[in-house]
Amino acid sequence: MRDVITRPTRRDLLGAIAGAGVVSVICIEPSRATPASMEAAIRSVVGEASVKKGKVRIDVPPLVENGNLVSLAIDIDSPMTPKDHVKAIHVFNELNPQPNVISVHIGPRAGRAKISTRFRLADTQTVVAIAEMSDGSFYSASADVVVTLAACLERL
Amino acid sequence: MARALINVPKTAKRGQIIEIKTLISHIMETGFRRDNVGKLIPRNIITDLVCTYNGEEIFRAGLYPAIAANPFIAFFTVATESGTISFKWTGDNGFDETASAKIVVE
Amino acid sequence: MSGYASQLRLPACAAIAMGFIAATVLPARAEIPFAKQRSGYADLGHDTKAMQDDDSINPATLWVLDGEALWNTKAGASNRACSDCHGSATNSMKGIAARYPAYDAARKGPVDLEQRINICRTEHQKAEPFKFESKDMLAMTAYVGRQSRGMPIEESHDAPLKPFIEAGRKLFFERQGQINLSCAQCHDDNWGKHLASSLIPQGHPTGYPLYRLEWQSLGSLQRRLRNCMIGMRAEPFAYGAPEQVNLELFLKWRARGLRVETPAVRP
Repeated sequence: MRDVITRPTRRDLLGAIAGAGVVSVICIEPSRATPASMEAAIRSVVGEASVKKGKVRIDVPPLVENGNLVSLAIDIDSPMTPKDHVKAIHVFNELNPQPNVISVHIGPRAGRAKISTRFRLADTQTVVAIAEMSDGSFYSASADVVVTLAACLERL
Repeated sequence: MARALINVPKTAKRGQIIEIKTLISHIMETGFRRDNVGKLIPRNIITDLVCTYNGEEIFRAGLYPAIAANPFIAFFTVATESGTISFKWTGDNGFDETASAKIVVE
Repeated sequence: MSGYASQLRLPACAAIAMGFIAATVLPARAEIPFAKQRSGYADLGHDTKAMQDDDSINPATLWVLDGEALWNTKAGASNRACSDCHGSATNSMKGIAARYPAYDAARKGPVDLEQRINICRTEHQKAEPFKFESKDMLAMTAYVGRQSRGMPIEESHDAPLKPFIEAGRKLFFERQGQINLSCAQCHDDNWGKHLASSLIPQGHPTGYPLYRLEWQSLGSLQRRLRNCMIGMRAEPFAYGAPEQVNLELFLKWRARGLRVETPAVRP
């Protein structure tokens, strides 16, 4: 049986980190991501900008059937006009071996800033979605997902 | 193996926002799993999906090992004109797969 | 028994199963009442149900499309495709999966769909048989099975099949493996309850071959049964073994009336 995972304190990206500067791109990744490496991955995308809450909605089951395939939808409130649209959507996770999940680049031709995909979660953790707007601002949302192992694991 | 399955509406009204769904056959080996003698299985994933509409890019995605096997990606675009919507997946080990669908916009 | 509990890597299922051994008395033929029959589909999450229901987003469709291509591909010394004899699968294969395994007079016993496909390949196409669980075999069974989607699993009235259904029933009720539990003890007596965090289904094979999230791939009923047996720490039946066919025959009888869902999606 698995140990109970101690949940990390939820970070508020708005206030948390004093201008740390850009994180080095070349780094030796640990075999298991941590909330800190997720922070670093987020910083490498947003730089020193502040990230606001709102506009972003994450659709993910709170309790997954199987961590190998979890349905995910990110929907962002935006008129998607040439003057005001979502430029990019980045999804991160806390405890998989790597913090990145997917990075999507769209523009006003999208009509609607919504993407759906299926991803993997190694453990119970928080998923973060960041929307990069055409005016350079960032918005984010997070969702907590519980992941359990199947009772009988297949041996190959 | 049927490589890719794409779902693009055959017809649409001009200005209508349509949903495009893509599904492609790929193991998405993370590079973090070990085989039964403990050896690390090398990473083998699709890293990029680019979609163009009559030659103009309308969607680009960078995929990481966290994307599940047989990657499914759905997104939206505005039906602007009749023509061809093309898809290109690229990844590790020279993976390169393309698909396309025609759309009639009234 | 206490020796097992001290092993470091005791899986969750074994730990819970120990409780069963202590507490459960093997009941006499406790069959699930017809009205309480329930496919695993009913317990799926909303997104997984949607995945199964929509061919355009079901990962299993990739295999179905391959099966369609194989159906129309000439093979073997005979240089014939399935379509050359059977025409369009949408017509000729409709209802097949709903009544397989079926009795084969020449072999004086039941054959399942995989065996029937290989009989056709070797005897009529003069081609190499497909290996069990190979991409081609899965594609073929997914494509043929798909033609029966929505049809109720037929109750077999074939008299010659009766002894084989009985043999399958006997296997279903027999304790097996180091864990020493029978299929019935979980799937007849404790369906709906949880084994660790997994919901115990009734175990009806309505949607095989199916896309199992745990496998990240399509797989057959035989693969799933082997998994269960490995879970029970029993020697699993080989692919294509007569026990597999008898067990499938019984499971299909037990699932009679439920609709074919091939290709399904399951956790």
